[in-house]
Amino acid sequence: MTGKQYATFGDAVRDIPDGATIAFAGFAMPGAPFNLIRALAEHGAKNLTCIANTTGGAQQPRMPDIGLLVEQGQVRKVICAFTAGTRASDVLPFTRYYESGDVEAELVPQGTLAERLRAAGAGIPAFYTPTAVGTELADGRETRVFNGREYLLEYALPVDYAFLRATRADAFGNLQYHRSQRNFNPVMAMAARIAIVEVDEDIVPVGSIDPDQVHTPGIFIHRLVKVPPPPDGIWPVRRQERRR
Amino acid sequence: MSDTNAKGWTRQQMADRIAHEFQDGWIVNLGVGMPTLCSNTDIGGRRIIYHSENGVIGYGPIAPPGEEDLNLVNAGGQNVTLNPGAAVVHHADSFAIIRGGRIDVTVLGAYEVAQSGDFANWKVARAKGGGIGGAMDLAACAKRVFVIMEHTTRDGRARLIEHCALPVTARGVVKLVATNYGLFEPAHAEGFRVRELAPGITLRDVQAATGTPLRVS
Repeated sequence: MTGKQYATFGDAVRDIPDGATIAFAGFAMPGAPFNLIRALAEHGAKNLTCIANTTGGAQQPRMPDIGLLVEQGQVRKVICAFTAGTRASDVLPFTRYYESGDVEAELVPQGTLAERLRAAGAGIPAFYTPTAVGTELADGRETRVFNGREYLLEYALPVDYAFLRATRADAFGNLQYHRSQRNFNPVMAMAARIAIVEVDEDIVPVGSIDPDQVHTPGIFIHRLVKVPPPPDGIWPVRRQERRR
Repeated sequence: MSDTNAKGWTRQQMADRIAHEFQDGWIVNLGVGMPTLCSNTDIGGRRIIYHSENGVIGYGPIAPPGEEDLNLVNAGGQNVTLNPGAAVVHHADSFAIIRGGRIDVTVLGAYEVAQSGDFANWKVARAKGGGIGGAMDLAACAKRVFVIMEHTTRDGRARLIEHCALPVTARGVVKLVATNYGLFEPAHAEGFRVRELAPGITLRDVQAATGTPLRVS
């Protein structure tokens, strides 16, 4: 049942090969696997396909993000709900590499991204959604009318690895998240062949978490690493508000 | 514009005007930027459940400095608080709530709104990438879409127009727009209907800054 605990983040990402597809949880600071991203940057795997809500870098302070992996030349393609800032004046770290053609990007509505991951974990190869019908994202793609409304066909998005963050884990990998730390974590865990979790609290013995209170069951989880206290571990910090 | 001194409503006043449209018991989703200001508005005893796309149902005001929970944010990444009865779900369930038609209104920012109710808010001219976030899911599936935006661009071009020039987020969905000049409804072939003008703003000011006919009724 155990054997899932790794001593360091480097150990947990060591076998990730060039060309892997990796999903990164997190929405703003909560639930983002900063320590695993830093370890992947040190590991140096290349030609990666990276899936997350954003490429990062829109907020201050800057944290380890997909943009960092892009800057290091490790990324071939990103699949995100944001491939530009939300304001015309925002220039993301990622933008220069995208505009020069060094990195590809697939822009996906956030709910479609979440559902494509969920579908991959749920044995559903594709589904229809009303989202993005009538927009340029639907150009040339398959749609179908159900009950008088047009829907767009979307495909499941399975991944090789998921990088996750949780508050509490037992040694089997049963997870609990705190507040909005949950976000993409459960669906990315389900979509992944190998799910790796950085855990805020000490990993507790099997049986310590009430089964009714498990948010992600350990059957989806393969590797656990405890986040050390700062400065060795990276923890969420207060965001610096931008000036208007 | 005929009178460059006529500014009309402030950012918070635009948000206040939209928030006063919320009805008791509504589930409301606020987009990033000006829409988040709607939750500051005092709308009396009406009970509103604020939903955030990252799975937070029933959040409250921004947390006071020093009392933030760094694992609790709204759609804009701001550290918010929870109201009694709040719940947290994962991303796929959060968007199931959206696509399932449970959101009474979403309030979004925009670059352009057309008289057809089409609107554009995810991609600017010449940009290679875009920022969709949850806007396309919300726009396609919320029961109502309200927009808050400045009436014109920084260089004075109209944002209320006949057809969107930028790539649209969804078609035919916008029901109400608050700008610094007032409150407007897409009226299809008749342009936009003026529901209200901000203090100090004349119909002539607004028509000069609008790319399609306005009607008052």
